[in-house]
This record gives sequence, structure tokens and C-alpha cells, in this order.
Amino acid sequence: MKPESHASARYLSFGDTALLIEFGDVISLEVSRKVIALNEAIINAKIQGVEELVPTYRSLLVRYDALKIGYNQLVFRIKGIEMTLKDIRMEKVGRKFTIPVVYGGEYGPDLGYVAQFHGLSEEQVVKIHSEREYRVYMLGFVAGFPYLGEVADEIATPRLETPRLKVPSGSVGIAERQTGIYPCEAPGGWRIIGRTPIKLFNPLQQPPALLASGDTVKFKPISEKEFKNGITAK
Amino acid sequence: MKVFNVLKPGFLTTIQDLGRYGFLKYGVPISGAMDSFSLTAANLLVGNSPNDAGLEITLIGPELQALSSIQFAMTGGVTSPKINGKDVPMWQTLRIREDEILSFGKMESGCRAYLAVKGGINVPLVLGSRSTYFRGRLGGIDGRQLKTGDIIEVFEAQPLKFEYRMPEEFVPHFTNHFKAHVVLGPQVDMFTEEAVATFLHSPYKVTLEADRMGYRLEGSIIEHRGKADIVSDALLPGAIQVPQSGKPILIMRDAQTTGGYPKIAVVISPDLSMLGQAKPNDIMEFHGVTLEQAHRKLREYCKLLQNLDSMLVRSPNSL
Repeated sequence: MKPESHASARYLSFGDTALLIEFGDVISLEVSRKVIALNEAIINAKIQGVEELVPTYRSLLVRYDALKIGYNQLVFRIKGIEMTLKDIRMEKVGRKFTIPVVYGGEYGPDLGYVAQFHGLSEEQVVKIHSEREYRVYMLGFVAGFPYLGEVADEIATPRLETPRLKVPSGSVGIAERQTGIYPCEAPGGWRIIGRTPIKLFNPLQQPPALLASGDTVKFKPISEKEFKNGITAK
Repeated sequence: MKVFNVLKPGFLTTIQDLGRYGFLKYGVPISGAMDSFSLTAANLLVGNSPNDAGLEITLIGPELQALSSIQFAMTGGVTSPKINGKDVPMWQTLRIREDEILSFGKMESGCRAYLAVKGGINVPLVLGSRSTYFRGRLGGIDGRQLKTGDIIEVFEAQPLKFEYRMPEEFVPHFTNHFKAHVVLGPQVDMFTEEAVATFLHSPYKVTLEADRMGYRLEGSIIEHRGKADIVSDALLPGAIQVPQSGKPILIMRDAQTTGGYPKIAVVISPDLSMLGQAKPNDIMEFHGVTLEQAHRKLREYCKLLQNLDSMLVRSPNSL
């Protein structure tokens, strides 16, 4: 088996419009830090022809205009940037968010299952889920959906065998060691343990998503009444 | 200016421009016309800029009542458009007068037709684009496909002094058999050599699961060397993912922005417009090219798009 975090980044072509810089095939803080650090450094370098960057768990996608910069030239520039990061080894610290969540009941229909699965009480699951700080590894699936990690082993739970056709907007779910928030109603197989009144995506705002890769999120348990009053995020 | 009253919406008619770029990192797909060449051509035929919003008509066309006398053009899949029941040609400037009815026949070839109106469709820009992404309820009219009773509006514009026609040599013809060029990678090393050869030398059939998000394809199984899942990676239209089943999935414009299957290859961007015309049961073949060859094709394609305007055949306005 190949090592899941590459010793050095792999530079791979992604069709004629993108370069993929792959750091590993694993969900890890180490890989994510490299991805975010390179993302920031390329933004700051303002390379002519670079159109868009997409950080993910494993890699950084660089969409470029081949009429403005050649592939080899782009790889050369970014390898140069990557070298400087190895020396400094620093990462811009992401923003911190507190997301209020009403756990269980009609808002978290799978909280009971998660508790039962691990032989815990619902209160224990809530405590474990809300005491950790989670890193935003990436946004994807639907607009504004944050993939957060990593969930404590004591509450990591497999997805539903049959995904739900509709998961309500604001639902907070667990899938293995990931946790995430549905920014809008969508089909989904994550175990839903609660719901937040916070709006995570607004196409009329710039940027449209509340969270970005590299940010930190902590969940705060709230009552149903507080949920209904719709607290706003810090 | 109000131009059309939607009498029947058709199977799936949406407002599209060339796409919503720059928001992939927030999970917002690019969207835009599945056949961007045909939308560009329709816009040029009415003197619009290539990125103006038009209608994307899927398989069964809408029925539209004109609310004013306007110039418009239709391109893409062959769909026998009619004004008040009388056949009208595609790929040229047309005029429709107030109260006349535009209707469409069966999609005879291709899957999507495009309709551009002089001035461009006027809906609000959402994240820099008017394209409809209905799964995320963004763009177009309330983020959805057209429905009966919708009123289509365009921006005010001076009428064209001339009418235009696309020369035959630039009109794409769609059959049931598509051949596209691909650049192997980014995760081609997760497949056996035989699997890569199989992928490049076998025909694949578009299944019923084919829409604006992507096409599931069926054909010779593509085998992975080892595991078939990867930790989620970025996706772009044109990427060909292969899940455990060994059956490839071609990613199209409304697909989610990340995915957890390895990508054996990516269709080159100049060939992607044509694949936007594929429909269930059509056949696709993929031919490998190097990145250098792909970039040469891209330069040629961009040159064609730049010059397309000047290739149009101009005639005095008889309309």
C-alpha cells in the first residue's frame, strides 16, 4: 500500500484547464495545513493566468488559463512557492466561529442512534460533539457545506444505509469522523444530531459562504427556544 | 422589455449564460450552458456578447408567446422550431412579432437547443452569473426551470441593421456517436494499464442517469489497481470518475464541486460543448492526447471563438 501522505507534493494535470497539487490521500491536519498554506501563498503571489483555487482534504486545484501561462511555467512558479513554505512552515490562522446547535428531538433525529451505537447517553454525545474545535477542511457537496473534522472516535458513526431524500437546512450531521452542516435542504446520508439557526450560505453576500477552508468551528448547545429566536454567529 | 410569455415550459428549459466562475471553493458549481459553443453562436447571431443569457431547451421544447416584436436566434440540437406552426431555420437571425407563437418539434439530433434574444435575457446576476443552478436554487428565475406563466424579459437594445447566418462549415452536426479527446489523469495511476487501454479503446453508452450534473456511462469495466475510493478531491466539468463498479461517470456543469472517486482522465475543454449534446443511449469514445496537444487544440478553439463573429454571413435586414 502507498503511504497516504505523500513525502512531497505531486503535481498532476487535471485536463487542459487545471493543475492538481496533491499532498496525500488521508484526512489529516498535516495535509490540510499544507493545502491551506499553499492556497494562501498562491493567492498572495498573484500569478498571471491563475483563475481560481480550490482547497480540498487532499489537494489544491489550480484552475488556470493556458493562453496566459503555460503548464510547465505554472508548475515551476508554484514549486518555487512551495519551497519557501517548507522553510517558514507557518500557516495563517483561520477565523474562529461558534455555531449554536439545538441537539436531538425533531432537530436531531439520529442523536438517539448515535448514542445507542456507542453505548452512550444522548447528553454524553452532545458533550463530546460540542467540546471539540473542528477544522473546516473544505466546502463542497452543496454550496456552503463545510466538511469539519475530526470527530472523537467515541461518537464517530457510519452514514445511513439509505440516504434521506430531504435533510432540513441547518442540520448538523456526523459521517464517520467527519461532521458537517447542511446549508440548505438537500438529500443526504449523514447521521443528523441537531440543527443550527445560523445561515451558512447567502448568494447575495460576498463571500457567499460563512465559513472557509482553514477556519475553526465549535458547536454550542442551545435550547429549542433559543433556536427559534435565531441567534446569529459571532 | 417583456419578450415571451411561457405557455408551456417544455421538459427542462432554463436560463443559462457561460457559467458562474470563481466560487468552486465555496461549493458552488460552474453551471452555464451545457453546449457553450451553441449558446455563444446564438448570441453572436443577434449581436449580443457571447456571455449574455439565453434559454437552454432540453429534449422537448417550450411554447412561447411573443410579447413584442423581437430579433432572436436558435442553435444547438436540431428541434424543428416553428412560428405559428410554420417551420423556421436555426443558426440565423429571425424575427417574431407580437402574439406569434414559437414552438418546437421533436429533438431530432443532439439534446439541447439554445435561444438567444437581442439584448440578452434580463434576470439578476447571482454570484456574477445569470445561469440557473436549480439544485442550489441559484440564478435564472428564482433558481428554477421555466414554468407556465413565466414572463421572459430582455435588456433594451437597438435592433440589428443586418441579419446573420452561420456558415455551414461552423454548424456542428450531432449524431448518436461522440468522440472526445481526453488528457489522462490526475489519478490515472490508480488504474491498471489494461484498464486505461480498455477505457481508451471501448465505446461507452450514456445511461438514463444523464443530466446537467453528469452522465453515468456503461461499457467495458475499468479496473482499479487497488481501492476505488479516495479522500474527497476537487471536481471540474469534463472529469471522468470511476467508482468501485468500474463504470465511468462524466462530470458535467451542475455537478458538485468535490468527489471521492479517482479520475482516470479529463475531457479537453474544447470538446466538452459537444458532449453537452449527448443523451441517453448515445455512444461515447475517448481518445487520449498529451497536454501539449490539448493546449494546441485549446488555442485553436479560442481563436475560432474569437473569429466566429467575423465568419457570420451578413445580409441586409429583410425582416
